[in-house]
Formats: sequence, structure tokens, C-alpha cells
Amino acid sequence: MCEHGCSCSSAAAEKFAELDTFIDGLKLDPADARRRGRLIQILHRAQHIFGYLPREVQQHVAQKMRIPESAVSGVVSFYNFFSTKPKGKYVINVCLGTACYVKGSEGVLRELERVLGVKADTDPTPDGLFSLTALRCVGCCGLAPVMVVNDKVYGKVTPAKAVAVVEEIRAREAK
Amino acid sequence: MDRITSKADLMAAYEAAKGKLALRLAGAKTDSGKKDILVCGDTGCLVSDSAKIIENLRAEVKAAGMDGDVRVVQTGCFGFCAQGPIVKIMPDNVFYVKVKPEDAKEIVATHIVGHKLVERLVYVEPTLKAQITDYQQMPFYKKQQRIALRNCGLIEEENIEEYIAAEGFQGLAKALTEMTPAQVVQEVLDSGICGRGGAGFPTGMKWKIAASVEAEEKYIVCNADEGDPGAFMDRSIMEGDPASVVEAMAIGAYAIGAKQGLVYIRAEYPLAVSRLQLAIDQARELGLLGKNIMGTGFDFDIEIKLGAGAFVCGEETALIHSMEGQRGEPTTKPPFPANIGGGYWGCSTNVNNVETYASIPIILRKGAEWYSKIGNWVTERDADGHWVKTVSGNAGTKVFALAGQVNNVGLVEVPMGTTLREIIYDIGGGISGGHEFKAVQTGGPSGGCITKENLDTPIDYGSLMKIGSMMGSGGMIVLSDKDCMPAMAKFYLGFTKDESCGKCTPCRIGTRRMLEMLEKICDGKGTEEMLAELEDLANTIRDTALCGLGQTAPNPILSTLRYFRDEYIAHVRDKKCPAGTCTSLFTLKITEACKGCTKCARNCPVGAITGEVKKQHVIDQAKCIKCGACIDACPFKAIVKE
Repeated sequence: MCEHGCSCSSAAAEKFAELDTFIDGLKLDPADARRRGRLIQILHRAQHIFGYLPREVQQHVAQKMRIPESAVSGVVSFYNFFSTKPKGKYVINVCLGTACYVKGSEGVLRELERVLGVKADTDPTPDGLFSLTALRCVGCCGLAPVMVVNDKVYGKVTPAKAVAVVEEIRAREAK
Repeated sequence: MDRITSKADLMAAYEAAKGKLALRLAGAKTDSGKKDILVCGDTGCLVSDSAKIIENLRAEVKAAGMDGDVRVVQTGCFGFCAQGPIVKIMPDNVFYVKVKPEDAKEIVATHIVGHKLVERLVYVEPTLKAQITDYQQMPFYKKQQRIALRNCGLIEEENIEEYIAAEGFQGLAKALTEMTPAQVVQEVLDSGICGRGGAGFPTGMKWKIAASVEAEEKYIVCNADEGDPGAFMDRSIMEGDPASVVEAMAIGAYAIGAKQGLVYIRAEYPLAVSRLQLAIDQARELGLLGKNIMGTGFDFDIEIKLGAGAFVCGEETALIHSMEGQRGEPTTKPPFPANIGGGYWGCSTNVNNVETYASIPIILRKGAEWYSKIGNWVTERDADGHWVKTVSGNAGTKVFALAGQVNNVGLVEVPMGTTLREIIYDIGGGISGGHEFKAVQTGGPSGGCITKENLDTPIDYGSLMKIGSMMGSGGMIVLSDKDCMPAMAKFYLGFTKDESCGKCTPCRIGTRRMLEMLEKICDGKGTEEMLAELEDLANTIRDTALCGLGQTAPNPILSTLRYFRDEYIAHVRDKKCPAGTCTSLFTLKITEACKGCTKCARNCPVGAITGEVKKQHVIDQAKCIKCGACIDACPFKAIVKE
């Protein structure tokens, strides 16, 4: 058991320490109601550190900022960018913006759902390798349809091309 | 570069820097031997390896021993995304398209060293089937007038010195040293510019209201939460010309009496965030942000606030709540953000969109009269010559993100009053893949579709509203005969249902009910009565929802019902999808044209096709997922939709 009351390991303790350093650096004044304005910025950092925002992290942020946990949870659940579930090592985002949709991105998404065996915007694959999500426009409409794997953007994707990318990652990871 | 502490300093910096752009401006002499190679470094082209192209070009130039005369510059977007990555060589005015990293060697050897064209990379105009090197002669650029995008594709994006070389910050200098805040407001009002985020409220009027509020603490906000899927002009401006947003916000702050600026930007645009932050840092270092700007006693600074993925945050009250660290839910207006109690932390706040801001510095520099003469507006002015009201049309230019089934996908900026036909056929190069034009959707999920009959409508806020669509932020999706209109409406409703914040009932529940009806219609389970119910519900939601998102959510349904009722009827009465996209309404069949080559069976992802070699194959309808992979694979066109 760590100091946060959860059963996390020392690796997690390090992550909490990193988050604390960031929050302390913001020098929030507990008497200033406007400290809440930093919440989204802090959650972005927390998600960057932990990969997702489980309840322990939300509780921790609430305590650190001295705001109700309900306020943190309300914000986390409102915005698409924040996730309360862990993500796969590779997050495959298929753009379902209008430009990509009319160029057939839904077909790409369906094919990936089939090949990965998971529905979009749900749990990662059982091996923890892939998460499949749909997103709305990355602003590369000239390259529609677009797929983003972690930070790499693939343009003019077809169902076959998307599957090839998955196969390549699987082969690389199998080594 | 030294700190700029007065207007004289700025002008000296401009004189010192303007030579940097000399080769890139029209009419530059081509015989000096000096060249600038411009390469687009926007998100879209970076995906296509433009960073590697730049690296290779620099290495080749160096290897040729020409790095003293030839510079490789990473610029913003040229707008012609369909042909990217683009390499433009100035002052030769040559435009190479679809360049790959390995082409760098040939470009340098043939063009730079050998003074000959690299023929295979020259743009070929699809309708004329002719090569065009001079970009000003390309139909794509001919009818455009780049004002908001004036520096995109001209200056180096990460270098504020080049922005100063492009007469940057001179609008701010003029405002601070020669004009009172009230005069700045009047200038913007007289220019006739309206909010480019979509609603089209006169920017000057917004500033006038904010300026009239007496308060010590005020805020000026840039709405960079470009949520309309399919619109990317704000991203391009922030990536290609971020300093123009910084300058404009400072001008606005001076006009309304704010000392702090905030940019609310979506987290999906990491490159725009970092470029904008860089521009803010560089401006601060030069003394163009901070205390006592240009020695005038004016203090102003800007902070970036990240969004976290919520379409509704483009609505200004929702945006303000999000900046305060709350759920991005809208509140009823009044109070408006400009009112005390309505803005950021209850303070008077003015919110404008990125594209609007990008036009402000040049309006200040060149004057309201210059800007007001662009466009198609007819105005009434009072005895003092001031703008009173617009009889019709609007002033200035608007940027559109042209996408969908059109040849020249990209960013285009045209004067108000340009017709849709000119944009789609002259600039856009017509419909791709030899298909028929069906409609164009403007205004994204809040807008509507425009049909062939209305292609000659001049583009301005009022005219688009009259034909049941709207300007919106500038997304323009071209649809062809292979797009099903009820399915498009279903697509947009899926979006608004997901993005509804849930605060008001008409939007939270209404969008879901409308989506369910559309799903039934597209699944062939709809009835004719359902169409009337759908229309009724759509009208109710339009009248009763709390904010713009809910009020406009029914627009895609109402406008497709208005113009494409026959397609809906085909779905509900005949159970047919004329465009052949609704999978429940067709089956795939293999005809006698099948030669038994087995290609379809090998390409079927679910193993639904069986048959012996050289004999007609069959599709097991129970297994078929109608993905169409067999149609694409069949060399004999033996597979049909029925």
C-alpha cells in the first residue's frame, strides 16, 4: 500500500510524485476561487503521466487542488479527451470528421473493429496492444480518410492499408 | 533582434528584415542567382514527409555549395492540400506538387543548378490537361484573394522576424500611437468585418459593446476551438501565421480596455498549440507583449488555455466555463460575455474567432475603406459616413475548407459574393472521379445542404441563410451521386448526439430520438409517417434548445428533407437507397459475367464467397457484411448491388 491508500506499486508512487511536482509548480492559492481554472491543465498533465485518469488519480488531484472530487469527476466525464480506462499500447484513432466520412472512413473503422475484435471507443484488445477510437477531425482533410496511430498520422487510408498497419505493429511486437 | 521599445524601433526592424522576403514577392528579379525554396510545414504536409523534404533539400543545396544563395524555408499552408507536399521556388514562381523526399536531389540538380524545370513534378491542370508552373495562373488561385491567409505560405512560420518583415505589428503600432481606443473600434466597425466563426455578428459592434462596459478587469479571448469536422482554416492560420493572432488580440485589447488575453485552443491541434506558444514567447521577448508595449504605456499579455475535446465549447459561454475549469456547458444569454457577470470569472469578456483576428492587423494597417470595398455588400451609412446597417451582402473575404468529392481539396479564400459554382468548379476543379454533383454541405453539423439549383447563390451570411444553410466556420463538403442524403443527415445527427452536453432536454433527448428515426429510415424500417414526425420534432428542437448547438442540430435533417425528400421516400416506401450506401437496403450478387477467377473469394474478409475455379461463384448472404471488397477486386465487374 502506498501513501495514497491504493495498492499501487512504487512505479505509481513515482508518477504521483511527478504530478505533485507539476501541481506544486503552479503555486495554487487555496483561498483563491480561481484556482479551479487550472483543473483542465492539470488533468491533461495527469493523463500524460498515467496514460488515463483512474479514480485514485482524480481523488489525488481533488485533494491537491482542494476542490470536491465531484468537480474533478464531472470534468473528466464531460470531455472526450479524458479517459478513465487504461488504453492499449497503440491507440488507433480513425477520423470520422465529415471530410473523412464521405471518403469512406467508416469502412476503415468497421474493418479495424473486425480485425481487432473490439468495438470502437470501448476496452483495449485483450493483449493490451491496441485501443480503437473514433475521433472528429484532426484538420488534415486534404488527406482524407485519415487514421492516427499514437502520434503518427496516416493519410488516404483504405481498409486494407489500415489492416496492414495493424499487422506490421503485431509483427514488430511479436519479436 | 533587439527589443522593440517604440514605433521607430519597429520600423527600423522592418527595414532591416524586409529584404528576407524580397525574393518571394511578385515582380522580384529572377537574375540575381538567389533563390528561396518554400516548403509547406503544416500538419497536412508534415504527414506526407515535408520535414524530410526540407532536410534533404538543405543537404542537397549545401552539397552543391549554394547555401549562400539558396535558402530552404518552412512556410505555412499554400492551401492546395490535395497536391501536397508543395515546393515553391521563388523568384522563379515555379510550383512543384506531390513532392517526395527523394525528389530533393533532382530539384536541386535540375532546377537550382541546371536552371531547367523538373517536368514530372509540375502541376497538371485536370480540366485543361496542361502543365502550369506559375501558381498565379492556376485556376485554383486565380479567383482567390488571400487576406486572412496572406502570410500563410509566404513567411517562415516559426520566425517572428519574418512576420515583422511582412509588415507585422504595424497595425498595432498605428493603433497605439495614432488612434484612441474608440477610433480603433470605429475603424473595425467601418470595415464591415463580421465574425468568421459562423454567426456573422459585426466584430466592430462586439468590440463597441465590450468597450462601453466600465470595469477594471476585462478579458479578450481567441476562440480556437475549431470543432466543425471538415474545417481547418483556424489550424492553418495558427500554424502558418501565429503572430497575426497575437497582434490582433493586442489591438482588440487596446480597443476594449483589456490587459489579459486568452487563447482557447483544442487539444487535437498540438502543432498549432506549440507554434502559437512560440509566437507568444517571441513577441514577449521583443517587448511586443508585456508591460509598456512600444513605449505607449499599454500592457498586455496572452495565455493559452487547452480544451479537452468538446464541440459545444465553440459556443462562447461554454468556452468561458471550460476556461474556468468547469464542464463546458452553455448558459442562457443575457448576460452576454461582454456584460459584467457574463464573462471569464464574471468579468467583461470579448470572444472572437481565429480567422476574424487574422484579418484585423491588415484592416488597421490599410484602413477600413480598403477592406470595406472587398466583397458584395451594399450598406447604408449615416451623415458622418459611419456604417449603419447592411442592406445585403458582406464585406471582406472568407476562408473555406473545400473537401469531399471535389478535385482540388484545400483551403480557399474568396471575396464575399463569390458564387458556390465558382468555388466548386473554377477553384475546386469540379467533382472527382467523374461523378455527378449532388449537393454541397456548408456550416458543418449546424448547416444545411445546397443543391444544383442554388449553385449561383453569392456567398454571404444572409444569402446562405435564405436558402436554408449557413456560412458556419467555413467547412464546405462537396457531395456527389454516390453519397446518400439521409445517411449524411444520420452522420451529422450522430455527431450532435455525441456532442450534446446534456444540459437541456430538447437537445439531449431530441437529438437521440431524431438519430433513432434516421437509423430506422436508413435500415429500411422507416415509414412515411415517420418523415412527418421527424420534421415536427426537428422544428420543436430548433425552437426550444438552449444554445446554438441544439438549435441548429436539426438543420441537416430539415434541409435534406426540403431538397431531397425523394431520397427519403425511396428509403421508407420502396426500401431502396438510390446512392447504394445504406447496407440494409441492398444485397450483393454475383452475375453470370463471373469467370470463376476466385479473386473475390480471396478478398472477402469474412469468407462469404464460395465457388469452384472457372465456375460462377456465390455469396452467402448470411455471412456477407456488404463491405464491397469483392466489387473492388472483381476484374469482370460481375458483382452488383441489388
